[in-house]
Amino acid sequence: MTTSAQTVFAPARAKTAAGTATVRRKQGFQHGGWFVAPFLTLFALFVIWPLLRGAYLSFTNANISGEGTSFVGLDNYREALKDPLMWDTLGHSAYFTLLVVPCITVLAFFLAMLAHHIERGKWLWRLCFFAPFLLPSTVAANLWQWLFNPGTGMINHVFGLETPWLSDKSYAMLAVVICTLWWTVGFSFLLYLAALQGIPDHLYEAAKLDGANAWHRMVHITLPMLRNITGLVVALQILASLQVFDQAVVMMDFTPGPEESTRTIVQYALEEGFTSYRVGYASAISIIFFVIIASVAVARMWLLRKREEGVR
Amino acid sequence: MTATQIRVRDPKARKPWTPSQIVLTLLGVAVSVVFMAPLAWALFTSLKSETEAVAVPTHWLPKDWTTQAWKAIFETGNITNWFVNSVVVSVCVTAVVLLVSSLAGYGFARTEFRGKKPLMGLVMAGLMISPAVLGVPLFTTVQQMGMVDTYWGMILPQCAPAAMVYILYKFFQGIPRELEEAAFIDGAGRWRVFFTIVLPLSRPSLAAVGIFTFIASWNNFLWPYMVTNNPDLMTMPNGIATVMNSYGIQWAQLMAGGLMAGLPLIIVFVFFQRQIVAGVAHTGLAGQ
Repeated sequence: MTTSAQTVFAPARAKTAAGTATVRRKQGFQHGGWFVAPFLTLFALFVIWPLLRGAYLSFTNANISGEGTSFVGLDNYREALKDPLMWDTLGHSAYFTLLVVPCITVLAFFLAMLAHHIERGKWLWRLCFFAPFLLPSTVAANLWQWLFNPGTGMINHVFGLETPWLSDKSYAMLAVVICTLWWTVGFSFLLYLAALQGIPDHLYEAAKLDGANAWHRMVHITLPMLRNITGLVVALQILASLQVFDQAVVMMDFTPGPEESTRTIVQYALEEGFTSYRVGYASAISIIFFVIIASVAVARMWLLRKREEGVR
Repeated sequence: MTATQIRVRDPKARKPWTPSQIVLTLLGVAVSVVFMAPLAWALFTSLKSETEAVAVPTHWLPKDWTTQAWKAIFETGNITNWFVNSVVVSVCVTAVVLLVSSLAGYGFARTEFRGKKPLMGLVMAGLMISPAVLGVPLFTTVQQMGMVDTYWGMILPQCAPAAMVYILYKFFQGIPRELEEAAFIDGAGRWRVFFTIVLPLSRPSLAAVGIFTFIASWNNFLWPYMVTNNPDLMTMPNGIATVMNSYGIQWAQLMAGGLMAGLPLIIVFVFFQRQIVAGVAHTGLAGQ
């Protein structure tokens, strides 16, 4: 093994003839293929195949047992686009995303600035702001369900309110949003903190010599240097928020919430698949949702590329 | 100026309390108290009796401190079972992900083979697909393989995260080629170079990938929820949410169970937070 690598590789480095290039590529092929094979096997089985299978099932009337399946063409898609419930649940996911993304970005930036600039006890701030993210989503959801409990919960008690958080349509999603902010801000906080630590000190020192105050330094150095990380935080948050499921479902005791106001698109697809046993229809909803997610991701790549071109 | 510089060099000297530091620290304390309050509330609730937990008006500290709820979750619940399941699943997922994604990241970054570009494109497309997006078809696939209600069914579908391959791919691209080429000339093969030169260099990135995979897997609710109905096979987040909630919520027990589920990761973070923060910077996540 070792000797063959030596004899094959050494001439390839020494000469530039076309023949040796093929030898090099061939050698690289054998090894390169084996390097990626284990991952690609898992990836094909549990990502690509389900995607293709979902696409196929979405054109059928499959149920959970898989018996009596027949091809129904575009019927599922036609039904989905006319289904008010599908649009409602999609709206709930979008509403949740619109509330969460700006709040979490601002909050994460604020917390990172605090943790970065306080000189004492840095580990303690990091731990406090990141710890909630280390809880399982279900635990965070149960905890906030308990905090929002109208009679015995702490939130109403502390703020002197009598808000029926979890049983009123206009507050239920807000409660889920508050839980999510507390639970997930730690991840974005950590991204911001790492980015802040990556800004070279000499920029600030130079600005200080030029007489820039703290505000100027933030607006002219910190914020521009953080532009890329902000783009990443927003993109990751949009994708994660559109897929919200755990918190909403657990906080509402596995129901669609008051007047079905917290049922999200993921929950709807799973209900259609596992409760109503309409696997074909659930697959059609999943594919529609996949197209939405993919559009967001592609839009982000397109924006990034445009900006890079703009810089040049 | 000189005086402060000298003081900075002395590691034991503490930085002075300037007015701005005092204000910032107070602000930090206030925010931390708000952040920690829910956890404190969970802890105090878990130390109340069930009747005291639901007493109105509510109060922070237990009047009668009792470990009754903690004892109850160990005696009556399957919590030790769930804990073991969580450990088995998360450790297996982390080990498999580290192995396959480092191999794949290296393969894509540093070797040539036919079809590399389209395959890489496919993996990048995989970044958009999660069990949340394709839960139902993924379930029917796993069902067809006969892996519903098995450890395999819980573990394997979590082992193909395109994001981790991408992170390691980016990292391996940054390793100087000269290091490898010197080894090739000395007669080392691809695999030897990978295991003896590339992997040791990538420890910070591997640590970050490993820690984030472990966190994600330990806390994963949706996939185990779909793939298992058997209480003996459930993981912590799963068992707590579905079984403990099913026969009338006992808040003190639920809070104790929740803290049990969260504690391992919080302890890991306390010990490894430097590596985690450095890992985030290293993986290039922050630099994109």
